[in-house]
Amino acid sequence: MSATPQTPPSVAERRAAAPHPSMFLRMLVRAAIMRRGRAVSALLAMVVAAAVATAMMNLYVDVQAKLRKEFRSYGANVVVVGKAGGSLPPEALHMVESVLGGRGMAMPFAYVVARTAAGQSVVVAGTDFERVQKVDRWWSVSAWPSTAGEALVGMRALSAVSPDRKPFDLSFQGHTIHLTPTGTLQTGAGEDSRVYLAMPDFLAWTGVQPSTIEIAANGSSAEVNTVVNRLSQVFADADVRPVRQIVEGEARVLGKTRATLYASAILIVLTAQLCVLATLTGWVFDRRRDFAIMKALGASEKLISGFFAAEAAALGAVGALLGFVIGIGIAAWIGRVNFNAPIVPRLSVLPVVFAGSIAVALLSAVVPMSLLRRVQPAIILKGE
Amino acid sequence: MFARLLYESFRRQKRRKLLAAVAITLGVAVATAMIAVATDIGDKINRELRSYGANLLITPQEDTLDVEIGGINLKPPSDGNFLSEADLPKIKGTFWRNNILGFSPMLPANVSLGKGQEATLVGTYFAKKIAFGKEHFTTGVRNTHPWWKVEGAWPGDDSADVLLGDQLARKLGDHAGDTVEIGGQTHHVVGVLSTGGAEDGQVIAPLHVAQQILGKPDAVRRVYVSALTKPEDALARRDPKSMSGEIWDRWYCSPYAQSIAYQLQEAIPHSHAAQIRQVAQNEGTVLSRITGLMLLITLAALFASALAVSAAMATAIFERRREVGLMKALGAGNFAVAALFFAESTLLALLGGLVGFLTGSWLAHRIGRSIFDSQITIQPVLFPLIMAIAVIVTFAGSAAAIRRAVQFDPVFALRGDA
Repeated sequence: MSATPQTPPSVAERRAAAPHPSMFLRMLVRAAIMRRGRAVSALLAMVVAAAVATAMMNLYVDVQAKLRKEFRSYGANVVVVGKAGGSLPPEALHMVESVLGGRGMAMPFAYVVARTAAGQSVVVAGTDFERVQKVDRWWSVSAWPSTAGEALVGMRALSAVSPDRKPFDLSFQGHTIHLTPTGTLQTGAGEDSRVYLAMPDFLAWTGVQPSTIEIAANGSSAEVNTVVNRLSQVFADADVRPVRQIVEGEARVLGKTRATLYASAILIVLTAQLCVLATLTGWVFDRRRDFAIMKALGASEKLISGFFAAEAAALGAVGALLGFVIGIGIAAWIGRVNFNAPIVPRLSVLPVVFAGSIAVALLSAVVPMSLLRRVQPAIILKGE
Repeated sequence: MFARLLYESFRRQKRRKLLAAVAITLGVAVATAMIAVATDIGDKINRELRSYGANLLITPQEDTLDVEIGGINLKPPSDGNFLSEADLPKIKGTFWRNNILGFSPMLPANVSLGKGQEATLVGTYFAKKIAFGKEHFTTGVRNTHPWWKVEGAWPGDDSADVLLGDQLARKLGDHAGDTVEIGGQTHHVVGVLSTGGAEDGQVIAPLHVAQQILGKPDAVRRVYVSALTKPEDALARRDPKSMSGEIWDRWYCSPYAQSIAYQLQEAIPHSHAAQIRQVAQNEGTVLSRITGLMLLITLAALFASALAVSAAMATAIFERRREVGLMKALGAGNFAVAALFFAESTLLALLGGLVGFLTGSWLAHRIGRSIFDSQITIQPVLFPLIMAIAVIVTFAGSAAAIRRAVQFDPVFALRGDA
């Protein structure tokens, strides 16, 4: 309010006709309009800080869930194995699925040692190809079997059972099955030495129920632990255990990533806030002439403090809202580019950002205010 | 005169200059730390991913089929071919030896434990000291299988002590410190092993114990190798046999799982090496997700610090309209005023940039120490890059404010209508 320019009568008339807001509000609004440039640059700093804070908080929460999903491509993290290699009850798979409640996938495996026509021993496994295809995505398979009588043959087993890729016979306890090698399987591990059949074929041939159920359970390590505990209650006569190789590897990598993300978030948010502090402090300090005039005109210290505080708070609030929207946008963009999935905007972040922004804005008004309070208005008005 | 103006401006307006410098310093510090962390995180996470265990497996070339269910070997023990233990140190003689973090040989044997119990005994290295040429290194399951937990102590590689898997130990009622009879000989059980895998039902012993039981000195059934690899791309998936000279050289000299496997096969006679797809294939995806994330966050951080520095610079110049008015009233041209401001900005940027770079390097160092327990290397090329960015951002941030300040009528400025 340092100097109100001479206004043409038409404006004065319009003003007289307009409803009079309180002086306090008018001072706030006019201050923002008169010093547009300054207000905009202070607001910009505020918006950047709020946007960065919003984006980092959103990412920090969401990225962990996204990364967990990526880690599930390592396959099963829990196994249920019959005691001493024995079979599990026929309804075991249903029992596992009711415990999982849709938050994961279970794959049954049954194993026998069969003989080829040449008399060589080979491990034959029965499983559910549809489920395996979804969970064990690292299996390199030339073609998945789809109809009865088709088999998936491991790369190393191929030379023993069907070197010329023609249909072959396998026998188990006097029963013989005739199979077509539809596809070959390569994993670089034990699976390469086995022949895989669809479960109905396997059951009809051997009558052996699954002895192993491999489970890819979704969720945090605490949630996986709950699944393990509930499964051990359901399967009293089987071993239920987490696959330590997968669970611990995941925990370790995720932990390090989370720590890095956390450190970067703190670093970035802190810097943005400090820049806001620097900008706003300069802004308030620069308005010492307004301060002096108000004081000279007889405003109480309380009123002036209130005025500056309200101004800073308003700036913080507007900055927080704009920044929140932009921050959500940044987080969504990062989610799209990196994980091919949008990041869900979290409204729970808003109050934190809102309160934080206002607090920082108020803090940056307090420091120069306490400096100015000690100075005589006359000195400021005289110019330095 | 110009130098004096510049000097006096810094001397008399310490508070304002300090605020601007602090903003630049912070912005540059965060930019430096984030760039350093983002460029190094790939290597760091790659090492962390090795906690998933070995990603390459070496087996004898002409091997008979494995007949194994749930870790129980059903094949006659002397059946099949073996690798030679004496060849193993050659693994450290391959082109990518520095990428090979460790290897563990395995030799299973079926043994009777007395009391009518049958079990599989696996001979391996725990933390064996090996020399290749002048190089000495330690390798074994303790670094290739980090999820193996032992209650008690690890056996020495030259001792005859053994570990019992925890399920087997429970079945036998044995604990660490007891003795167990294996094939008629008494061995000390120094620890109980828990892995969550097939090893829980096995006996794990030093390699020479298994060789002695089988009566095959120097024999090794398979070797697990843990190597730092580059995520698979189109070149990696190509068949090396179909490559022409130059492309083949590039493939051979890239640390793909495939090319390292190829080199292992070359180094060890009569062997076949392949990637363990469960570990090797997934590493690439996880790694690229995490590095991608850090890269994007770094971009966002750079953008935010650039804006924050710009806002601070704009504020600093806005405050000085009266000064501009005075200078112009005394006859300074627009060019002279702008030059003074730009010189001030550059000086601030260089100063803030230097301090910021040092602070950022320190921050990156601290992050590396506390999170990854290792050094984050800061490339020297980062320094000129960061300084250039600092100057450009400060310039860009000041430009608009300087233009407006210069265009402002000195009369209004001096009257105090700013």
